[in-house]
Amino acid sequence: MDYVAPATISEAVGSAHAASGSVRFLAGGTDVLVQLRSGMHTPDIIIDVKNIPGMLDVARNNDGGWTIGAAVPGIRIGEVAELRSDWPGVVEAMELIGSTQIQGRASLIGNLCNGSPAADVVPALFAAAARVSIAGPQGEREVGVSEIPVGPGRNSLAKGEIITALHLPPRRAAAADAYLRFIPRTEMDIAVVGCAVNLSLNGDRVAEASVALGAVAPTVLSVPEAAAALVGSQMDSPALDRMSAACSAACRPIDDKRGTVEFRTDVAGVLGRRAAVIAYNRAGRE
Amino acid sequence: MALDGAEIRDFRVVGTRPVRPDGVDKVTGRARFGADAYAPGMLHGAILRSPHPHARIVSIDTSRAAADPTVKAIVTRADFAEGLEDEDWNILENVMAGDRVLYDGHAVAAVAATSALAARDALRLIEVRYEQLPFVTDVDEAMKPGAPVIREGAADETVPEGMHPNIVRFHENGHGDVEAGFAQADLTVERSFRTEATHQGYIEPHACLAQLGPDGKGELWCCTQGHFAAARVCAKLVAIDASQLRVTASEIGGGFGGKTTVFIEPVALALSRKANRPVKIVMGREEVFRATGPTSSASMDVRIGMRRDGKITAAQGEFRLQGGAFPSAPMEFAAMCAFAPYDLENVKSVGWDVMCNRPKQAAYRAPGSPMGAFAVESVIDELCNSLGLDPIEVRLMNAAKEGARAAFGPKYRRIGLIETLEAAKAHPHFTAPLEPGQGRGISCGFWFNHSGETSVSLALSYDGTVSLSVGTPDIGGSRASMCQMAAEELGIPYENVRTTVADTGSLGYNDISHGSRVTYASGLATIEAARDTIDKLCHRAAQQWGIDREAVYWQDGHAKPSGPNAGEFEPLSLAEIASNMGATGGPIAGHFEITPQGAGVSFATHIVDAEVDRETGAAKVTRYTVVQDAGKAIHPSYVEGQFQGGAAQGIGWALNEEYVYGEDGRLQNPGFLDYRVPVASDLPFIDTVIVEVPNPGHPYGVRGVGETSICPPLAAIANAVSNAADVRMTHLPMSPPRLLKAIQENAVG
Repeated sequence: MDYVAPATISEAVGSAHAASGSVRFLAGGTDVLVQLRSGMHTPDIIIDVKNIPGMLDVARNNDGGWTIGAAVPGIRIGEVAELRSDWPGVVEAMELIGSTQIQGRASLIGNLCNGSPAADVVPALFAAAARVSIAGPQGEREVGVSEIPVGPGRNSLAKGEIITALHLPPRRAAAADAYLRFIPRTEMDIAVVGCAVNLSLNGDRVAEASVALGAVAPTVLSVPEAAAALVGSQMDSPALDRMSAACSAACRPIDDKRGTVEFRTDVAGVLGRRAAVIAYNRAGRE
Repeated sequence: MALDGAEIRDFRVVGTRPVRPDGVDKVTGRARFGADAYAPGMLHGAILRSPHPHARIVSIDTSRAAADPTVKAIVTRADFAEGLEDEDWNILENVMAGDRVLYDGHAVAAVAATSALAARDALRLIEVRYEQLPFVTDVDEAMKPGAPVIREGAADETVPEGMHPNIVRFHENGHGDVEAGFAQADLTVERSFRTEATHQGYIEPHACLAQLGPDGKGELWCCTQGHFAAARVCAKLVAIDASQLRVTASEIGGGFGGKTTVFIEPVALALSRKANRPVKIVMGREEVFRATGPTSSASMDVRIGMRRDGKITAAQGEFRLQGGAFPSAPMEFAAMCAFAPYDLENVKSVGWDVMCNRPKQAAYRAPGSPMGAFAVESVIDELCNSLGLDPIEVRLMNAAKEGARAAFGPKYRRIGLIETLEAAKAHPHFTAPLEPGQGRGISCGFWFNHSGETSVSLALSYDGTVSLSVGTPDIGGSRASMCQMAAEELGIPYENVRTTVADTGSLGYNDISHGSRVTYASGLATIEAARDTIDKLCHRAAQQWGIDREAVYWQDGHAKPSGPNAGEFEPLSLAEIASNMGATGGPIAGHFEITPQGAGVSFATHIVDAEVDRETGAAKVTRYTVVQDAGKAIHPSYVEGQFQGGAAQGIGWALNEEYVYGEDGRLQNPGFLDYRVPVASDLPFIDTVIVEVPNPGHPYGVRGVGETSICPPLAAIANAVSNAADVRMTHLPMSPPRLLKAIQENAVG
């Protein structure tokens, strides 16, 4: 196993592209090192990206959006007051991951690239319509986060490609997001169901909405039917019932040690409803 | 010997809460646990484990591993003793598979290499060919006709003819005529219950360092609850003499019964003998889950009849426990303890020990009792609800007291169940209002407590301080309690005593630290060793004063003449006598050896409030109160700690902890991520009330306290959750999917 710590994006891309076997990029290492030590996956090369300029930066863009370096430890985004205020759902999703110590290492992009359908930050990023910048042998490109995960433990990045930054769009007035997950314990656990809702208001009616579910399908799911049920509503019971039913209907879960198909399907509807109400109340306070 | 009754006396040190002597080492990281032992030339061992739940070993090819220059020894079953019988054979078969692997994780070979990484890599070079066999991991399935047979001929004489070979032991106890009793009942409830296997969950994985030479002389440093037992068993398994193996117990990061046997120690010894170098083995967490002993899973039927006024007229239970691929499930304890809190005219319990393709169960805190209590106390709760009766009043009406005949046979001596129920009734928790969505549960629990072989030595230093050697590893603050009892008896300050857990070469045989026996048995022996020392101190004083020994008595740390007739002498302190001991006859030490017979049984009553989210099936314990009889609390903080620890483990067992086996017969959750012990935020503050009804079998009245605290929680929590969710929960853990399903089915039905 080789380890390199390049100083530039192009070196990192070059190392990844030239590698003969399995490649893992190392930011916080909270997945890569755990998988290595448990014997789950031993890469042929580990490329540590933390020495690359920009990888550890958090910046507000001119348009009011945010650019977050790919290796920024999650705990730092919660320390930026304006970011927390713009994207409370993204921040609360990150703050549910592991412990304070884990959050001090783990990056949002690592959570995305690891490809777990149960990743906490990913539904929140889906609902936020976040995008990522990708560098690779063919140059740079930018795609929506929903194009990255393709299955459990798999992502769509081509050989030699690396995500360099995460972009959260600018916030309009009277808008907010929320993330809820279900775990059997109160912390230090993995989502059995996760749900993010992002919405904006026009007066007291929902103007735009997006909904994403985690841990109920091979990848995180966007659920446009659930979002559509909210648009135009005042978060009334019939709208919430339709939204909740749409969340359950979208589930394609499995039975496993963490939960049954029935349980995940039912609880997705419950969390959808609860997260929608939280996001609505937050947006109304804006 | 004062074994005939606890003394009523004013204690000076006992009952206070001094700082524990091992505390600073533990919080500063200086304490040496199992993995902290090193030796010159040390190798690292690793163990190859079966990926199959049941398979015949066709062949093991170690040639590629042997050719690796980092590998210094490889062992398989052929490197261990032959001709062992009974439990020694069971332990060996569990430590290293013979011709078949019997569960996922069963050891098949081991290597010693120059580094831990090299050892792990070398395991991949060993090629094992398996022929997979049918398997069974569920207790009820394993009893059915046609179930895969784990091993022919394992059943003992208690099992009736014609039963499935997986059924290996049978037990029954009780008295009266249960059918006649049921006929007198106004209401009879019969229900079936299940509990899943749980692991003790100790924070420190098993670790040891072994050194064994070709001359059959060896040393072993290990993390264990009983190093004398480890020496005895290891010596048998590697075919050496027990006295040639000196075993030292390290500090221990939890055991809860799971470290009362051996897993890696004989393997490290066999590797060391073959390599002729010291070998260290440290288990990973996955190995701990797959290959050490969880507790049994259980399937149970309980039927109880009650009169309208709350009097129990008859009680009957059947307890089927699996203990893995060996005869070992503690079904007799489930059967014996389940009804033990009650004075019953008609009671009958039967138990079945069943083998499955799972790891050999190991003791877990009052083995068997929590499951039995869960079933019985759930039915009592249901009867109370149906008849509109108060759960504490009903238990008081039926409670056993001194002279009552226990369901398991003997008559009780002085016991404190009623005192715990009265204290629970008086506690503000019992009458505090509940929020909507909350429920309250009550349960009693019982454990026997054990005594066991015990040997203690106490030596004076020239400066008048005291060195106390015990042979029971300190798993719950016992060194502090021993220092307190020695100081109490000798009349010296607590700080003047240091207690050491001595190695097997330094004391007579000591039984394991199990059965809540240490503060009772090592404590009793400590007190008697102190009295032996006092006798010698009085002799020295008498000799110095030129009077008879009988004319000298010991008080407040001084030898004193017993009265005017004895003569006028200034009292001699312990330090004064010790300072001159070389010249007055030699070193002064006391000792005591015994298998005491007076371990006092112990009862508890727990009160639990739980809250249920009816939409997600999430249950949370919101308030918890433990009331337990400690006999006499030597160090009340550690007694409270035992109470709280039992409740915390019970909350895990009741709500989320469970061994999950897949369709492939493999353990699905061998790690703390998916084997969910409660985290701190899952637990409420656990309030404690220490009841003290002295045990007549201990000089200070001590009863064991370590295990009783885990007997009531499963039932108390299940009763609270059932009352909160308005549906009777009969299958533990009450994980959210299970609870939500029950709530939904109840709403439909």
